[in-house]
Amino acid sequence: MYTAHLEYVLRLADSALILGQRLSEWTGHAPVLEEELALANIALDLIGQSRLLLTHAGRLEAKGRDEDQLAFLRADHQYRNLTLVELPNGDFGRTVLRNFLFSVFQRPLWEALLSSRDTELAAIAEKSLKETRYHLRHNGEWVVRLGDGTEESHARMQSALDYLWPYTMEFFTEDAVDDEVAAAALGVAWPDLQPAWEAAVQRVLTEATLAIPGRTAFRSRGKLGGHSEHLGHLLAEMQHLQRAHPGAQW
Amino acid sequence: MLTEAQAWEVLQQVPDPELPAVSVCELGIVREVHAGPDGVKVVVTPTYSGCPATEMIEIAIREALRDAGASSVTVETRLSPAWTSDWVSSEGRAKLQAHGIAPPHSTVNARTQPLRFAPPAPSCPRCGARTTTRLSEFGSTACKALYRCERCREPFEYFKPI
Repeated sequence: MYTAHLEYVLRLADSALILGQRLSEWTGHAPVLEEELALANIALDLIGQSRLLLTHAGRLEAKGRDEDQLAFLRADHQYRNLTLVELPNGDFGRTVLRNFLFSVFQRPLWEALLSSRDTELAAIAEKSLKETRYHLRHNGEWVVRLGDGTEESHARMQSALDYLWPYTMEFFTEDAVDDEVAAAALGVAWPDLQPAWEAAVQRVLTEATLAIPGRTAFRSRGKLGGHSEHLGHLLAEMQHLQRAHPGAQW
Repeated sequence: MLTEAQAWEVLQQVPDPELPAVSVCELGIVREVHAGPDGVKVVVTPTYSGCPATEMIEIAIREALRDAGASSVTVETRLSPAWTSDWVSSEGRAKLQAHGIAPPHSTVNARTQPLRFAPPAPSCPRCGARTTTRLSEFGSTACKALYRCERCREPFEYFKPI
């Protein structure tokens, strides 16, 4: 059982790590060179953020685990990332749309964490916020370009949105971890970020001429450790080296 | 034993591995240097979370100071206040420009930047034209974007304001 504080930091760390790993799958496959560089750069930023957060989590846990042990030696049910980020990339449109939906969430989150009583977390937020602004702008531009693009690109973006949308509700599911962390002024309760997220998402999706799907009762549970079938496959690839050769170093 | 002033002088010569035209000091990532009988301590603020050069820079700093005679070198990483491109020194900006990389604009307005609105474009570092077009928000390294000059038609890199 993790403490609420540790649990909260792991949710941040794991969401960044898993999306970074997913995006790195694009290396060598992006539609144009510029986007190849962009996706790899965003992946690097996210993995960099997760390294800082996992190192911090290791210190909070105080069991001597470092970033590598936390990344490579935990099983899927011990991962605390949002389910959204572990879903397969799909096409380029779905990839930039997911990046957009996630960075719109990360931005107010980092902004709120600037005033966390956990000074290390506040420092990581200060640094990450600058990077997230770039991710948001880049991906937001693509969402508009493809959504309000050709008939084909619009149809693909709408189908990507219909696929991804139900998973975004997990961002704002209330739970005890959030309450405890918010009460201790260590972090913001995620449901409090919903109005800012919805306003920003609506503005861009409207400009992209995409129809926002209705809400359903479905709630994914990745941040509680209940993942989709996709995470295990992702981890198998990501963790293979350390599982086969524990402690191996470059 | 190295004095603080000597240590700073050594660091002035340590190049950034991905931007060898500028030193780590000119880049603004060396925040503090403390020298004493036990050796030298250098406080560094990394540029981007995922910048692969961060570890190389630490190694380069350690090696340069040891070669200069420091008995021991510790490199401490400090995240806050977060590094900003505003810390790139005027010498650093001139060197970037001479190297064909447009130096970063000020970040003062970055916080209020609208969701989707590109910031002012940099001038061409080769011909000075103001009409330039962004090709990509992301370039060959985390810290640069890719632009093209509409007058001389040459592509160039822009050191991103962050």
